[in-house]
Amino acid sequence: MARMRVQTGASLDGFVIGEKLHQGGMAEIWDVTKAGIDVPLVMKVPLILDGDDPTMIVSFEQEMMILPRLSGPHVPRCFGVGDFASQPYVVMERIAGESLLSRFKAAPLPLDEVVDLGARMATALVSLHGQDVVHLDLKPSNIMLRAPGGEAVFIDFGLSRHLRLPDLLAEEFRIPMGTAPYIAPEQVLKLREEPRSDIFALGVLLYALATGKRPFGNPKHTTKALIRRLYEKPTPPRLLRKEIPGYLQEIILRCIEVKPEQRYPTARQLAFDLRHPEHVTLTERATRKPAGRLTNFLAGRFWNAGSAPIAGTDSYRHASTAPIIMVAVDLSSEGTALMEPIQSLTATLLESRPLARLACVNVLKTARIGLDTLTEADGSSIHVKRLVELKNWAAGMRLPP
Amino acid sequence: MRLAILSDIHANREAMDAVLSRLAAQRIDRIVLLGDIVGYGADPAYCLERAEALLDDGAIGILGNHDAAVTGPLDDLNSAARAAIEWTRRQLSPQHLTVLGRLAASHREADLMLVHASARAPLAWTYIVDADAAERCLRATEARITIVGHVHVPALWRLISAGTATRHQPHSGQEIPLSASQNWLAVMGSVGQPRDGVTAAAYGILDTRARSVTFARVPYDHFEAARKIRQAGLPSSLAERLLQGR
Repeated sequence: MARMRVQTGASLDGFVIGEKLHQGGMAEIWDVTKAGIDVPLVMKVPLILDGDDPTMIVSFEQEMMILPRLSGPHVPRCFGVGDFASQPYVVMERIAGESLLSRFKAAPLPLDEVVDLGARMATALVSLHGQDVVHLDLKPSNIMLRAPGGEAVFIDFGLSRHLRLPDLLAEEFRIPMGTAPYIAPEQVLKLREEPRSDIFALGVLLYALATGKRPFGNPKHTTKALIRRLYEKPTPPRLLRKEIPGYLQEIILRCIEVKPEQRYPTARQLAFDLRHPEHVTLTERATRKPAGRLTNFLAGRFWNAGSAPIAGTDSYRHASTAPIIMVAVDLSSEGTALMEPIQSLTATLLESRPLARLACVNVLKTARIGLDTLTEADGSSIHVKRLVELKNWAAGMRLPP
Repeated sequence: MRLAILSDIHANREAMDAVLSRLAAQRIDRIVLLGDIVGYGADPAYCLERAEALLDDGAIGILGNHDAAVTGPLDDLNSAARAAIEWTRRQLSPQHLTVLGRLAASHREADLMLVHASARAPLAWTYIVDADAAERCLRATEARITIVGHVHVPALWRLISAGTATRHQPHSGQEIPLSASQNWLAVMGSVGQPRDGVTAAAYGILDTRARSVTFARVPYDHFEAARKIRQAGLPSSLAERLLQGR
């Protein structure tokens, strides 16, 4: 490995190096500029010293591999990567705005803000997962809120996994990779291809933002301490803050379910629920009472007895396994003949795709110009009437919630 | 430099033509014939003639076990493969045999090692089917990138100095960066007799400048190739394989 050539005033592949902005344990961040690029830039340079743990180097390589392949407003745009043989680095857009850390420190936050932050993070996750990348280290310091719009932007892809590329970190670490308070149970078991691991971390964040407490505390980063994650049920958040609505507790506890298949199947569905509380189906989670020490103790004994709750999960692959199936419903009297065949076909499709959601649509004719009369003569809303009819149509299939 | 890698053509004219016409539309600097141009399929003469033209144009030619068996012993081949080689011998002229004579056991260039089966004893024809075989191959060469065929199932193995070899299942068409800290072993799929359940011809692109490899597929008329195998009186199991990609 060549010596560090990064210092203020130096130039590297056309990037002119300015001030050092941050000194971290694994890397340092420099302010850089390049002719022809008018976006504020930073250069991330790994601290690689001879004889160092190779995992640090490999983790930086993983980031160098993933970042240039990402796009969209929820990741920093990448402007260059250094040749690994001479001087590895990544140059990326400098995100205007703050990390989530300051809001995290101010928790518990107003619940409106918690839900809004959650929806923004879930939306960012939709974009990331749609690009076949799982972050695997979501925590307050790795989430930026872009000014002025406030979109969530994920940074630091050193532990991330690109699902279509080799995992350079596979079998590389002896202890589980991640950050102890946020790490998902399957990550403790060294599974690194589960997008729902990110949903778990997001659930931990939501819990902490809403209550001011982390659901699993801040355990030591050892396999022994983290193994509790495989069975531990945290205190339901409403017991810590009683004004948390049932739907929010439902969402949070569903995100941090031990088994990935019991969490939200996709970030898209999580984002939808956070934006449409009225659509959240409440289960036992919404009113859950504390899992006493005895329950956790017994769960631990049960787990120790050799029946691990997670045995190789079938990772979801985005929309293909959890699609939204849209049915255009004809509510007119002529449509009645087709009702049963369409209902039956829809039910069959939903059976083969248990994670799917159903959206029923119908066209409401409105005037192009002028004012619409959206109320009937008797004052009832046409819009609401249609929604009721659609709900009734779907209810005919007796679907599970 | 962009190398197109064609391994295990196995006398399949339709598959070879389909891959080469796909490549004609791309920027390719050099073609690599990674061994087993003949054996199994019904068009050994045609495939060797096309191979000769490619070699004349600067292609790299590597020797495969079926190529070697045409003029050598048949001991290591199973009965269908042996029957196919005996049939193949009757189809070839002395000129065709000179093409086989131009194939090298392996080719080493800069960071790259090209060999049909394994870098460890190239002519022992071992199969890279598990982590041990992959590790032995990777440790047998100084090259950072080794490309082999022979198995007919695409795979990408990597090895860091301390660890054991780890397998990655490549997605077809996905350009995969080969990071500099590790040693890489790409097992190319087969052009003319795929065995991973996909009937389409498999080939690869290695970009030495970008340090990346792409495993690619192109569908071809495998019904016709299978029909010709039956018509030639070759073992029908060889036709069946093409129809199933197994």
